[in-house]
Amino acid sequence: MQRIGDSPRVRRVLVGLAIFFSALFLLLPLVAIFAQAFAEGLEMFWANLSDEYTLAAIGLTLFVAALTIPVNLVFGVFLAWLVTRFAFPGRRLLQTLIDIPFAVSPVVAGLVYLLLYGRNGWIGGWLDSHDIQIMFAWPGIVLVTIFVTCPFVARELIPLMQAQGAREEEAAVTLGASGWTVFRRVTLPNIKWALLYGVILTNARAVGEFGAVSVVSGSIRGETNTLPLHVELLYQDYNTVGAFTAAALLALIALFTLAAKAFLEWRATRRENAA
Amino acid sequence: MNRIASLTAASPKRVLPGFGLSLGVTLLFISLVLLLPLTSLVGQLSGLSLAEYWAIITEGRVVASYLVTIGAAAVAALFNALFGLLMAWVLVRYEFPGKRLLDALMDLPFALPTAVAGITLATLYSSNGWMGQLLAPLGFEVAYTWVGIALAMGFTSIPFVVRTVQPVLEDMPGEVDEAALTLGASDAMAFRRVILPHLWPALVTGTGLAFVRSLGEFGAVIFIAGNMPYETEITSLMIFVKLQEYDYVGASAIASVVLAVSLLLLLVLNLWQGRFIRRLHGGKG
Repeated sequence: MQRIGDSPRVRRVLVGLAIFFSALFLLLPLVAIFAQAFAEGLEMFWANLSDEYTLAAIGLTLFVAALTIPVNLVFGVFLAWLVTRFAFPGRRLLQTLIDIPFAVSPVVAGLVYLLLYGRNGWIGGWLDSHDIQIMFAWPGIVLVTIFVTCPFVARELIPLMQAQGAREEEAAVTLGASGWTVFRRVTLPNIKWALLYGVILTNARAVGEFGAVSVVSGSIRGETNTLPLHVELLYQDYNTVGAFTAAALLALIALFTLAAKAFLEWRATRRENAA
Repeated sequence: MNRIASLTAASPKRVLPGFGLSLGVTLLFISLVLLLPLTSLVGQLSGLSLAEYWAIITEGRVVASYLVTIGAAAVAALFNALFGLLMAWVLVRYEFPGKRLLDALMDLPFALPTAVAGITLATLYSSNGWMGQLLAPLGFEVAYTWVGIALAMGFTSIPFVVRTVQPVLEDMPGEVDEAALTLGASDAMAFRRVILPHLWPALVTGTGLAFVRSLGEFGAVIFIAGNMPYETEITSLMIFVKLQEYDYVGASAIASVVLAVSLLLLLVLNLWQGRFIRRLHGGKG
């Protein structure tokens, strides 16, 4: 069949342009991160990596992600179950509300949490009088991270669960299965890969969040400094190699995320072709 | 007994359990995590008179930051409309070695932390960076100018257009091409008259999303922007600066403008898209 843009010349020019611009805008920055990180040799890379404050930043970042993921996982599953399995007024509104974190600038997200939980805030004032500190401490970082990453799991699950429909689950209920059994034995096996990718995306964003976290963190070295904030700190100290060492770690997580997506897509097309 | 009562209470359509529980969990989460913090902005601003509010959001340096932000975001979105269209076309229509890798690479800006993107672009395009060294002799300065801001915004929003146009292009039947070409249209004409109108809604949506994202971008921009008042300061940074001066009211006022504009744009995009989808699927169009 004859298709538009099929002539060898058009095709060569367009593929060439696509590869050139992708190399310039995407590949080059990626290569630059690792080139800068290893600019002073492998030994320096290890020395930078095992720096006390870098290790503390890695620890805090992992801790924040470990708290954020389960919360958003549970919420995402409940939301997806709600909007794909039941019809009720306000269903569309819920789906629109959940996109708010995508539209809100991260700095604004950090600001509204600071206003609420900061010393002068509605809740913060009360907490302060009970000696509980949320802002400029790890709980604040966890809260804003939950805010910015809450749509990811639901966003992955909703289209899939909508496409699959509720028939299998309804059959299970008719056969007398309890709600939990239906979810565990019928729903979960169907959605596990999308759920996994949702978690990987949540993790990538949680680990890398900068704007919102920088508003509420206070950036105390070794205490409230996450890895992206540590990157900024080192960069502003003119420790470029150190900054790019931390950046390379974050870039590795990003590459892992891309690889996971490619693998899951490859798996899906293989199953489609087999079916 | 309880079970029977709850079954009869539910509408006949609801065979599946868990409506009450999932509704409860979802509403609680959305109220506490999303809505309650946003109300604090209203609380903070309620102490201001309209004149005071207006004075803060129309101060010279702040207005300059709106112009820088909107201008750079518009350039970034336009770049992405062209680049995204090219990438979607090439990834859907052609087979070539390395295609899967190229496809995977498109998502890099979403996966890569914005601060990492920021320091990398700033280093690449500074006067002694790889790209900066190439561009400087040509009299082209990117780092610490608004071009750098547009570049950083463009980078972080690359996936939007590609990923909205790609599925629409995949779903287009080959017969459309064939019909146009058989009737004697040239490649360029067939693309403009047949393919482009079909892709238009996805292209506008993707470009709009890229624009909204660019308006709020912070981490990637501040490293390359130079942050000169009146010249290369973006609005997100203005909020950040006010916060560092403990001017919470000023920060909130500017934030309310940013928030209103981005929510409004998102709403317009949603409505526009909804209208178009209805025209494509539902109406007689």
